[in-house]
Amino acid sequence: MKNNYLEISQVGIEFPTDSEPFRALQNVNLTIGKGQFISLIGHSGCGKSTVLNIVAGLYEATEGGVILEGREVNEPGPDRAVVFQNHALLPWLTVYQNVELAVKCVFKKTKSKAEMRDWIEHNLSLVHMDHALNKLPGELSGGMKQRVGIARCLAMQPKVLLMDEPFGALDALTRAHLQDSLMDIQQQLGNTVIMITHDVDEAVLLSDRIVMMTNGPAASIGEVLSINLPRPRDRVVLADDPDFNNYRQQVLRFLYEKQKNPAAKAA
Amino acid sequence: MSATAIKLKIAQSSDILTAANLRLLLDKIIKMLALPGFGILVFLLLWQLVANNIVTSLGQFPGPTQVWEQSKTLVAEHQRERDKEASFYERQEKRNAKKLAKKPDAVIKIRAYTGKATFVDQIGTSLLTVAFGFFVATLVAVPLGIICGLSESVYRCVNPIIQTFKPVSPLAWLPLVTMVVSALYVTDDPLFEKAFLTSAFTVALCCLWPTVVNTIVGVASIDRDLINVSRVLQLSATVHIRKIVIPSAIPMIFTGLRLSLATGWMVLIAAEMLAQNPGLGKFIWDEFQNGSSNSLGRIMVAVLVIGVIGFILDSLMLAVQKRVSWDKQAILR
Ligand SMILES: Nc1ncnc2c1ncn2[C@@H]1O[C@H](COP(=O)(O)OP(=O)(O)OP(=O)(O)O)[C@@H](O)[C@H]1O
Ligand SMILES: [Mg+2]
Repeated sequence: MKNNYLEISQVGIEFPTDSEPFRALQNVNLTIGKGQFISLIGHSGCGKSTVLNIVAGLYEATEGGVILEGREVNEPGPDRAVVFQNHALLPWLTVYQNVELAVKCVFKKTKSKAEMRDWIEHNLSLVHMDHALNKLPGELSGGMKQRVGIARCLAMQPKVLLMDEPFGALDALTRAHLQDSLMDIQQQLGNTVIMITHDVDEAVLLSDRIVMMTNGPAASIGEVLSINLPRPRDRVVLADDPDFNNYRQQVLRFLYEKQKNPAAKAA
Repeated sequence: MSATAIKLKIAQSSDILTAANLRLLLDKIIKMLALPGFGILVFLLLWQLVANNIVTSLGQFPGPTQVWEQSKTLVAEHQRERDKEASFYERQEKRNAKKLAKKPDAVIKIRAYTGKATFVDQIGTSLLTVAFGFFVATLVAVPLGIICGLSESVYRCVNPIIQTFKPVSPLAWLPLVTMVVSALYVTDDPLFEKAFLTSAFTVALCCLWPTVVNTIVGVASIDRDLINVSRVLQLSATVHIRKIVIPSAIPMIFTGLRLSLATGWMVLIAAEMLAQNPGLGKFIWDEFQNGSSNSLGRIMVAVLVIGVIGFILDSLMLAVQKRVSWDKQAILR
């Protein structure tokens, strides 16, 4: 396994505002190996989405840069698929057509029509959504929409899968289901994943490493915690696992002792 | 429970079902027919009451009954004119046939019938004009709106011009359009009449703006996430517009189109009146100049027809909007 598949080096960003520019990130450094599952965790507004958007190419870093498989990232592209917090499905296209739009962009030249059809259906069945191919997003529940959003990204076979709080808007039960599916799929396909989350349990359960960010402005990476739990992981078994609880505590300690909630500080 | 008892139960439950259905049907009839009918009836009564108390130099202001009489006369006049036309062509054909029988290589002329345009003819002309003007305006307004909505810089360039021309009355445009059409549209064999083009372009100039403005707003307010999806997929400009921009903006585009069509229809009548171009506006003006005792009744028929046509045009647009809109749950009215 190469250990520098994705390199984020010395990244900083300033947003222009009416008065002086706002420095959101400074000196962000992170190296990610192929097939790794990374979680980004930190208080609201610290700059997690900004990091993800820079890797996606949707924002341009003011300093430093991102290198993916030896090539610099300077625009968005289908090799860095993004699962958005609010599914971002096109409401006028069916489930099938939403995935098809992405597949057509990536495999226009390499797959035949029939192969594309199989591929779309295969990816939708990975997230157990193959029963609703012809439904419009408006006819689906929140969890189902999010699953289609994930299928759309998986179908692009990205080098890195970027997920911005993919399960944030879901109830606990649905979230647990989707976490399990995501673990299965990642185990099968070996995707490289960066996921933003606010949920400590989710981070420990899914990740190989948890990246904890300091509070902004000029946020950076505070600590990186490697999670050495054997896979496949079972949430029920892990609930009583001392290692699991130890990891959990370390993250909680970082968030609530070392980096006090900025909202609480202001109050 | 015996078999008959079960049967009875089924019968009862189905009775309840039909009773409920009946209630629903009745509800619907009341909502769709009875209430609007009631409104119209009250209006007619009030109208008759008021009309009885207004006497003009052209006689009594027409009430519903007189207007109904006049509308029948207008249709009859149209019928007579058509019969005349038919017999004119018949006679001409016979004459030509005779000529040919006498001398097979005779040069025969076919003359077109030039009768007076009836009320129904004027309706047709107005509809055609507004359709053409609206079509031209849409062809310009939607693409312009999309471009301005997509690019902030283009919007900044074009916005002052839009804001300046938007409030201009059609009547101010009319002399200019008339002169420009006369100057530029010179052919020996005109496909369209000049008056038709003048009216249509005046309509187009006025019904451009609601569509442009609403399209800009629709395009500029596309969900940022969807734009990001498009960027991640690296969609080409044309695919981006086709798959993301237009579907997103369709509701706003249609809001604009409906406003435009309503504006266009209003503008057209005024333009026809002022320019004496054929159409309903000219019909009203001619009746006014005529000043017979029936004129007011005939004008009132035109007023009602204009209103009903405006209503129908809007309903048609609404039907089209419902067809193309992806959000079938949206309440459109
Ligand atoms: N386009 C922008 N223009 C100006 N400031 C921005 C912009 N995007 C983000 N910021 C600022 O940068 C900081 C980090 O924002 P970001 O969205 O990355 O936070 P986050 O960690 O994702 O928060 P949350 O967990 O609530 O999603 C915030 O203070 C925000 O106000
Ligand atoms: Mg965020």
